[in-house]
Amino acid sequence: MPAIKSLEELKRVREEALAKKQMKATPGHIQVIVAMGTCGIAAGARDTMKSILNFIEAEKLSGVTVTQTGCMGMCEQEPIVQVIVGDSAKVTYGKVNPEVASQIMKQHVQLGMPLKDHVLPI
Amino acid sequence: MREIALHLLDIAENSVAAGSRNIRMGVVEDLQNDLLNVSVKDDGRGMDAETAKRVLDPFYTTRTTRKVGLGIPLLKLAAEQSEGGLTLETESGKGTRIEASFRHSHIDRMPLGDVGTTFLTLLISYPHIHWVFNYQMTTKDGSTKTFELDDEEIKSVLGDTPLTEPDVLKIIRGMIEEGIEALMPQIEY
Repeated sequence: MPAIKSLEELKRVREEALAKKQMKATPGHIQVIVAMGTCGIAAGARDTMKSILNFIEAEKLSGVTVTQTGCMGMCEQEPIVQVIVGDSAKVTYGKVNPEVASQIMKQHVQLGMPLKDHVLPI
Repeated sequence: MREIALHLLDIAENSVAAGSRNIRMGVVEDLQNDLLNVSVKDDGRGMDAETAKRVLDPFYTTRTTRKVGLGIPLLKLAAEQSEGGLTLETESGKGTRIEASFRHSHIDRMPLGDVGTTFLTLLISYPHIHWVFNYQMTTKDGSTKTFELDDEEIKSVLGDTPLTEPDVLKIIRGMIEEGIEALMPQIEY
């Protein structure tokens, strides 16, 4: 059964992750939030989310939490993505298609430099 | 909304917002009886009879950020356009179950779309919820295959290791993709 194999793999990954955690000093925690109200989903937020998850997988990016939120009342700017790095203020991006999403992941999440374009003034 | 899978994502958001702890999402493709059925069942706060009537109205919403709701009425419309319909069962304090049915071969039936990504997105985004995803496929000759992913086992193996760890993500995505892929009937002419 492939499912069992996957569970064994998961066990292994967990042990590796725990080992890594002990070696590394705690990095600044990063949170990525994708707005997934009806408006966000209709505007393509699921593909944006997929692009973010693909980036994490491809770049082997640890310590990033990805969550969703509902409609923020700026439906015309959807898909909306928010990034919070450690204790710094939340940055809100609008019209985040999958390409912009991977740019945000690279520039902001990986390199710590928020993107100038696509930032919403809130 | 271009895919039924996106509607499922949207309906599941309602379940999350209703404070559910357990959410079960089902997809049934029955080619023998020419049916497509999708459902979301939760144990959230449910609705009273009055609210249950009003959620079918596109201009009803509990949100404060805008004045239209749209989610459920849009799914209802999509179902009715392809000789199907929407049923809503709910009880205040107990939970809600929404099911939409479609005639599978109907020319106006919206494509099912990427069910796997909908599953993955929900699983990753709401780790505190116990998710069960079930996808059942019955071919024209009547043989049925089922893929079920109950995330309880995954989470008990992982403990406090986050689902967004790259290798974890990869394995879970693989489980979903392979599970769904195995259901697909061989090409029929």
